[in-house]
Amino acid sequence: MTIQWKEYADANTWDELITPKGNARIAARGAVRYLGGLSDADLRERRDAAELAMRVMGITFTVYSEEGGIDRTWPFDIIPRIISAREWQQTDAGLKQRVRALNMFIADVYSERRIVKDGIFPRELFRHSVNFREQCMGMRPAFDVWANICGSDLVRDNDGTLYVLEDNLRVPSGVSYMLENRLVMKRVFPELFENYSILPIDGYPTRLFDMLASLSPRPADYPTIVVLTPGIYNSAYFEHSYLAQQMGVELATGRDLVVLEDDCVYLRTVGGLERVDVIYRRVDDLFLDPEAFRPDSKLGVRGLMRAWRKGNVGIANAPGAGVADDKVVYAFVPDMISYYLGEEAILPNVPTYLCTDKKQRGYVLANLDKLVVKPANESGGYGMMVGPAASKKEHQRFAELIKKDPRNYIAQPTLSLSTTPTLCDGAVEPRHVDLRPFILSGESSHVTRGGLTRVALRKGSLVVNSSQGGGSKDTWIVDTGDM
Amino acid sequence: MLLSSVAEHVYWMARYVERAENTARIILVNNNLLLDMPRSIELGWEPLVAITGNAELFREHYDEASERNVIRFLVSDVRNSNCIINSLAQARENLRTTRAILPRAVWETLNDLYAYASDNKTSGMSRRGRYAFMRRIIDYSQLLAGKLSSTMSHDQTYDFLRMGRNMERADMTTRVIDVRGSNLLPSITEELRPFDDIQWKSVLDSLAGYQMYRRHVHVRVRGREVLRFLLQDTRFPRAVHYCLAEVESCLRCLDSSESPLRALGMAQRVLSRVGVDEIVGDGLTDFLNEFQLVHSELNSQITASYFEVGEEQAELQAASA
Repeated sequence: MTIQWKEYADANTWDELITPKGNARIAARGAVRYLGGLSDADLRERRDAAELAMRVMGITFTVYSEEGGIDRTWPFDIIPRIISAREWQQTDAGLKQRVRALNMFIADVYSERRIVKDGIFPRELFRHSVNFREQCMGMRPAFDVWANICGSDLVRDNDGTLYVLEDNLRVPSGVSYMLENRLVMKRVFPELFENYSILPIDGYPTRLFDMLASLSPRPADYPTIVVLTPGIYNSAYFEHSYLAQQMGVELATGRDLVVLEDDCVYLRTVGGLERVDVIYRRVDDLFLDPEAFRPDSKLGVRGLMRAWRKGNVGIANAPGAGVADDKVVYAFVPDMISYYLGEEAILPNVPTYLCTDKKQRGYVLANLDKLVVKPANESGGYGMMVGPAASKKEHQRFAELIKKDPRNYIAQPTLSLSTTPTLCDGAVEPRHVDLRPFILSGESSHVTRGGLTRVALRKGSLVVNSSQGGGSKDTWIVDTGDM
Repeated sequence: MLLSSVAEHVYWMARYVERAENTARIILVNNNLLLDMPRSIELGWEPLVAITGNAELFREHYDEASERNVIRFLVSDVRNSNCIINSLAQARENLRTTRAILPRAVWETLNDLYAYASDNKTSGMSRRGRYAFMRRIIDYSQLLAGKLSSTMSHDQTYDFLRMGRNMERADMTTRVIDVRGSNLLPSITEELRPFDDIQWKSVLDSLAGYQMYRRHVHVRVRGREVLRFLLQDTRFPRAVHYCLAEVESCLRCLDSSESPLRALGMAQRVLSRVGVDEIVGDGLTDFLNEFQLVHSELNSQITASYFEVGEEQAELQAASA
C-alpha cells in the first residue's frame, strides 16, 4: 500500500511536511509526491539499503555494556525533514544573534560582569553555577569568543513557531551524523534529489578547520591542530575520529600530549615532540587538566590550563564556556540579546520559570502536572520530569527537590513538538522531531544549513536522544525560488 | 606526523594478528603430524604449549596436557592472554583506536575475523571442525596483510605494521625451532628414524616453509639444512634473517633509530655468528636463549624510542607539580 497522505494528516500537531488537510507544505511538495508513488516494498528496499550503507560506512555510536563499549548502528530514517530556505534565513540570523550574545555574556562573566552591575543578571546565580570556572577569570581567548562550536536545540510548537530549547556550549555532538546522513541519502535515494535545490552541507569540516586554525597562537605557520578525545569508550568517539579524519588533523587522547616547562603543549610522535597550536577538545572542563581541575583525571593533560592562559595554545571551546550552558542562564538569553546587542531576539525562548524566584516557584509548584521540570545542568534528557506523564508520587518528589535546591531547577510548559513522516514497521507515521543546528564562531560565524534532525522513533514519545530510542534524519534546506 | 600511541597500537595490532595466525598454524600442523605417527610414539600436544611460552601458566590450570586441554588453552582460554581469541580481541582493540588511520576495509576484515572466531570457537576446538577453523584464521590474517599492503600508503605507519609482524615472526620461528628441533636433533633412536623426516617436515610446515624449502634448498629434508633455512635464509619471509632485515629496512626510514638499530645489530650478529654445524646438539638451546634475549632487547628499544616519546618529560612535570 502506498502512503495515503490524507489519512496521515493530524489536525492536533504541527507536521513538518504535511498540512492538517493532508497537503504537502510548499518546500516538501516534490518529495511528498515522489514518496506517495512508492509501494511499501519500494520503501522497505530503500530502508534496507540505507541500513546497509550505515553499517558498511561504519556509522556507529557506542553503548556501554558489561563487556565494554559496543558499537551500534545509528538508527536512521529515510524520509528527510524539509525546511524552506526562506524560513531558514531567519533561523540562521537568529542563531548567530543568539550565539553572539552568549559569547559576550561569557566574556563578561569572566571579566567585569557589567551585566550584573547593571542589574540584568542576578549575582547570586553564579554562586551555584556548576559550570563556572574560577580558573578562567581574566582570560581573553581569541576574538573574545568562548563558545566556538555551539549546538542549539530547536523545537517547533503546535502553532508552527520554532523555539530554542537549549544551547549546548560545552562539547556538543551530532554533526558527524548530520554529514553522514546526507551521504547515505544520496546513495539510496538519488531520485529524490532531482528537481530540488537542496543547500549543501559538506563544507562543515573545512569551516571547522578554518575556524580552529584562526585560533592558533602562531598564525604565520600551518597550524598543528588536534582533536582531543576521551577515548574509544566515549559514546561520541566515532564523531571525534570522523572529524579528525575529515579535517586531516590528529586525533589524540590526553596521553598523546604533554606540556613542558616552556608552557607549550606538545604531541608525542615517533619523530619526537611536536608543538600543538590548537586543541579541539571533546573532553569536559573538569577532566581537561589534573593540575587545574580534577586531580584524578586520566583524560586530560597536566599543565594545559597554564599553556592556555599564557596564550600558547588555542582551546575550543574555551574552558569555562559552559557557564552559559545552564538552563537558568538560558532563561536570560533574550535579556542578554537586548542588553549586549540592543536588539530584539529573533528566535524565541521557550517560556521558562525560574525556581529561584519566589513568585515563579509558587506557580511551578502549583502546576507540576502541566509543566516539564528540568535540572539546570544536565544534558541528554536525564533527571527531568514531564509533568503530564508523571505520577502523583513523582510530582511530590520533584516538589521536594525544587524546595531543597531551587537554583538547580527550571520549569517550562509542555511543548507538543512537531512531527514529520517517518517509516515505522513498514508504514509511514508521524513521529516527533527536534533539530540541532551547529554554529561556528571565530572571527566570523557560520551556521550549518539545517542541522541534525533527531526523531523519537517510539510512537507518541517526545524523547529524541540516541541513548533513549531516538534516531535521526537527513535535514534539507530547500530553495523554493520564492526568496 | 605519526603519534607515538598510534605507532604503538599499529605495531601491536600486527603482532597479535600474526600471533593468532601462527598459533592456528602450529595447531593444524600438529594435528596432521599426529595422524602420521605410529601409535606407540607419544608426541602429544604439550610441545605446542611450550612453543607459545606459556607452559607455567598451563600447568597452573590444567592437570594434564591432553589434546582437549591444550587446544582449549590455545584457542579460547581467556586466562591465556595469547590464545587465539584473546590475540584477535587485542588486535581488534588496537585497531579500534586507529580506525581513522588505517583503511576502513582493514577494520571490517579484522572485525569479521574476530566475530567468526568467537562465534565458532566451540566447533574450532572439535576434531571435526578444527581444520576449517584454523584455515579460516590463517586465511583471514593473510587477507588482512594483503589489504594493508595493497590499500594503504607504505608510509611510517605501515613501517610499524611491518616491524610488528616481523618481530613476531622472528620470535615464532625461533620458538618452533627450539621446541620442535631440540628434541629431534641429538639422539634419534632407531625406532624413530623412519619418521625423522616427517617431523622435520612438520617444523617447516609450522612456519609455512616446506614448499619453499624444497624449491630452494635442493636437498631432502634434513635437520641441518632445515635449521640453516629457517634461521639464515635471505628470501624466505619467515626465516629469522629475513625478518630482521625487514625490521632493519623500517628502522632505516625512521628518525631516532640509533638505539633500536644497535639492538638490531646485536641480534643480527648473534644470528650470523652461529655455525649451524656447531649448534646441532646442545648448542642450539644456548643459541636460541641468547637470541630470545637480544630479540626482547630490540623490542624494548623500539618501545623506548618510539612509543614512550616525551614520557620522561611528562613524569618530570607531574613530579614537579
